[in-house]
Amino acid sequence: MNAGRPAASRLHWWWIGGATVFLLISIVVGVMVGVFALSPGDIIRSVLSRLSWVELSTGLSEREEAILWQIRMPRVILGVLVGSMLSSAGAAYQGVFRNPLADPYLLGAGAGAGLGATLAIAYGPVAGSWIIDPLPLAAFVGAIGGVALAYVLGYSVRSGRTSVTLILAGVAIAAFLTALQTFVQQRESDTLREVYGWILGSLNTAGWSEVRLVLPYVVVSLSVVVASRRLLDVLSVGDVEASALGIQPVRIRMTVIAFATLGTAAVVAVSGLIGFVGIIVPHAIRLVTSVSYRVIVPLSVLFGGAFLVLADIIARTVLSPAEIPIGVVTALVGAPFFALVLRTSKGVVS
Amino acid sequence: MSKRTISIIVAVGVVLALGFVLILRSTSSETESAAPGSSTTAPDTTSAVAPTTTEQTTTTTAQTNDGFPVTIDTPSGPVTIDKKPVRIVSISPTSTEVLFATGAANQVVAVDDQSNYPSEAPTTDLSAFTPNVEAIAALDPDLVFLSFDPGDVIAGLEAIGIPAILHPPASTIDDAYSQWEQTGFATGNLAAAVALVSSTTDSLRATVAGLPDGTDALSYYYELDPTFFSATSSSFIGSLFARTGVANIADDADPDGFGFPQLTAEYIIGSDPTLIYLADTKCCGQDLDTVAARPGWNVMSAVELGNVIELDDDIASRWGPRITELLEIVVASILDLETADA
Repeated sequence: MNAGRPAASRLHWWWIGGATVFLLISIVVGVMVGVFALSPGDIIRSVLSRLSWVELSTGLSEREEAILWQIRMPRVILGVLVGSMLSSAGAAYQGVFRNPLADPYLLGAGAGAGLGATLAIAYGPVAGSWIIDPLPLAAFVGAIGGVALAYVLGYSVRSGRTSVTLILAGVAIAAFLTALQTFVQQRESDTLREVYGWILGSLNTAGWSEVRLVLPYVVVSLSVVVASRRLLDVLSVGDVEASALGIQPVRIRMTVIAFATLGTAAVVAVSGLIGFVGIIVPHAIRLVTSVSYRVIVPLSVLFGGAFLVLADIIARTVLSPAEIPIGVVTALVGAPFFALVLRTSKGVVS
Repeated sequence: MSKRTISIIVAVGVVLALGFVLILRSTSSETESAAPGSSTTAPDTTSAVAPTTTEQTTTTTAQTNDGFPVTIDTPSGPVTIDKKPVRIVSISPTSTEVLFATGAANQVVAVDDQSNYPSEAPTTDLSAFTPNVEAIAALDPDLVFLSFDPGDVIAGLEAIGIPAILHPPASTIDDAYSQWEQTGFATGNLAAAVALVSSTTDSLRATVAGLPDGTDALSYYYELDPTFFSATSSSFIGSLFARTGVANIADDADPDGFGFPQLTAEYIIGSDPTLIYLADTKCCGQDLDTVAARPGWNVMSAVELGNVIELDDDIASRWGPRITELLEIVVASILDLETADA
């Protein structure tokens, strides 16, 4: 190991291989497990007959087919997309802000989406009366709007366009938007349960339409974030030093924030504010593998997806046939884990 | 500053302080006297509240001496009403329905913004969810009904001498009945309230009597909102539905009897309930078409056969006299059940 360089900054193929296998296993478990016991053999036959155009008698009834293909599959796939997006966006935010506590909601994306969703629930047209569902649209616009506001505010500070002023602007905007959201929610308390349920996050109503809705955003956003992984490493030495190395920290930061926010806004729009994923997954990877974003970002994509699929399995099976909000599961698992990270991460971050 | 000014200031200060002490004394003595007296006041009418056997005698006593002052036990403590209230404010849609069904219509001066039934109820912009003490007090009520008390509204009203009765969501039909009778007792309409309870009891019994045997082979899913929150048989609405004998698919999700679990889509589809009742038609625009359009839901027999019943959210969420209408709709839906062989 070379002195002065972080150990193992290379992305070893076996990490990628291991993470991919882990993700695939969690997807398989996610598809296999549910309130209703569908036999693994039937599931495999059903999947094969769909994938290979080979007609196999699956042994599943029409209703079981619907449960497998219309409920479980899209739910698991959406879990992968949401988990991957939130984790890698979290890693990206931690990189551009050089702050271990950064998460995808730091700059007001969460608060903005919450306000948008609350407004849509409280004052929007009832579902079905519009061609598009107003709730995801409002949450999406709110998330983007929140971050845009924070960005404009942070960069209007004359003294210095540093990541610290941006974080402070984000905190101010998030507090303001949350206050507005609480105000609307208290004014229209009959919407309380719906708003609250949305804020805790859920994949319960997920279908293929949600998957189709977020897929393009997630693909574009993940591509940009993964492609920026080396630049995130350069940023970690500080703005002045990074500039000396020939890159433009402000521009990189803006690009990464813009794309991470785009993907975050899309997944938040369909799944609500699922917390902690963006913090604990990148930190777990950092602890186990490397402090280099060349490692953390790609692995966050894979492990993040797996983590959320596993969390969702807990959410829908522990109290089965009742459901626990997935945000509660990620926080219940996430908060103690995060405490552990804080205890053991001395010298690893910062 | 002259001596005169100073003495005026001192005098005003003394008067204010005295007034403050007096107010403090009067409120504390009120609460002291109210508590022990709760069980002894108006003994002739309190006995009437419990059973309905001595209806004849109680109605006469309640009407002739109009029974006041009365003291009633509510979840927020005993409440004493000195004389027959004539300026009632209801901050609860259910209480509004009960008041109007028990002949208190011309005693009610204002109801909250959610009280949309009956249509002659004097709706105002008072909020049922975030009631405001000052806004209520401004109407100069002599009795206030609430269904929940966020932020000590009742204590606030009591402090300014306005009696307030808390009637929280009933968890059983008997709970609802005792609230109705209490409402009648507190407003001087006990006879009408007792009559309402007995007619409701009879109506519910007669409605389910029309059902054939074997309804226990059927099952239903009751939807509170499009994220699949449901109500089990331990809830008020579930206990009403339970009278039909049809099984509730949410009961398995509620081992602790909490009443309102969130189900998974997979469980609902896999359970394949015979009937689906939507109590989210007004709030969330749900109907047979939106349910059929949900992923995977079109294979459910209730959806295929059209056994999806769109309920009125308001009736379904209140514990007022219109539960008879609700049960009639439910029983009719079971009698008119579309079956695959038909």
